Amino acid sequence: MARNGTGSWRRRSEKVDGFEFSAAESEEVHVLAVDDSLVDRKVIERLLRITSCKVTAVDSGRRALQFLGLDEEKNSSVGFDESSTFKQIPVVIMSSENVLTRIDRCLEEGAEDFIVKPVKLADVKRLRDYMTREVKMGNEESGGVNKRKLRDSFDLSSSPPSISSSPSSLSSPSSPSPSPSPSRSPLSSSLSAPSSPTSLDSPIRRLKMTQH
Amino acid sequence: MLEEGILDSQFTQLQGLQDESNPNFVAEVVTLFIKDAQKIINHLSYYMSQEVVDFSEMDPYVHQIKGSTSSIGARNMTLACSDLHQASDAKNKEMCLQALNKINHEYCRLQVKLHLIVQLQNTIFTMETNERLRGSRYAAMSMQRRFPRFKVLFGFISSFLFFQLLITKHK
Repeated sequence: MARNGTGSWRRRSEKVDGFEFSAAESEEVHVLAVDDSLVDRKVIERLLRITSCKVTAVDSGRRALQFLGLDEEKNSSVGFDESSTFKQIPVVIMSSENVLTRIDRCLEEGAEDFIVKPVKLADVKRLRDYMTREVKMGNEESGGVNKRKLRDSFDLSSSPPSISSSPSSLSSPSSPSPSPSPSRSPLSSSLSAPSSPTSLDSPIRRLKMTQH
Repeated sequence: MLEEGILDSQFTQLQGLQDESNPNFVAEVVTLFIKDAQKIINHLSYYMSQEVVDFSEMDPYVHQIKGSTSSIGARNMTLACSDLHQASDAKNKEMCLQALNKINHEYCRLQVKLHLIVQLQNTIFTMETNERLRGSRYAAMSMQRRFPRFKVLFGFISSFLFFQLLITKHK
């Protein structure tokens, strides 16, 4: 599984020249958006900027890893066993597919949430609120840069869904909680959009319950 | 504005993302989309023209065009892309050809609509800008009434510029 492969990365702090992972940093969310489609990159970039996120958009998983300083070549000699703050990064998957088995697999592999394309402003806002709240709960100190990665890659193991991930601050990593509020409802007509996100109230989970 | 079936609420969403700080957003996305979609359609046509179609090689393109058509709100075209996706999953060449035809057809219709919308938006934007400029000119004129000295200065500068213009024209 691709997620397992990228699960325990060694942090290469010298590579993070764009980010100051310090306690003095404001609580701005920094999103690394990964999507092979230029159109989608542009749209998601705009959506994220509007919700006051700092955005970096790249076109492939490889570039994302390069950007994070986690090139395969460099890490091949080092074991992937060390626990890393990158493991704390919540991953949100974004895809035009709405095949339930695929969605399940993504969530089981540790994805924070799954958004079906096309992504709307409401989706991004909801996710951002959730991420900010999660970090606030997990953080002892104020500050720290949150990074979130949205990714749509078809070359990541054969599955088309995209991945987005977001690291919490280094100082106090928070464990990713289960998916919050709903994605959109093309999956099932029985899905409605609840107004307040609760941790177990993911529409994906509800869909599973209604279908099983 | 939105034609029934050709564009849906997602396009409205995109229009909503445009504002004064980003006045060309829709036009930029539309331009990107049209170029992108054309490239992918060309790739797909190439694959489908082969004697034996390599569905697995084609798959990333099928997926990509489905994603971008849905992101721009091109409803009919997205549906056609879904058909192609299903046909490609089923490895059914005949169905794929049909779906690709449909994609081409919808793409042509969509291009016309998108160009029209972008043109209209640009016209509106220009009109609004002119309106704003006119408004500020009125403001400048009222300044002259309130401050006679300003009026004199203004008259001096404008006649100076006028003479400059005359001189350069004669050269």
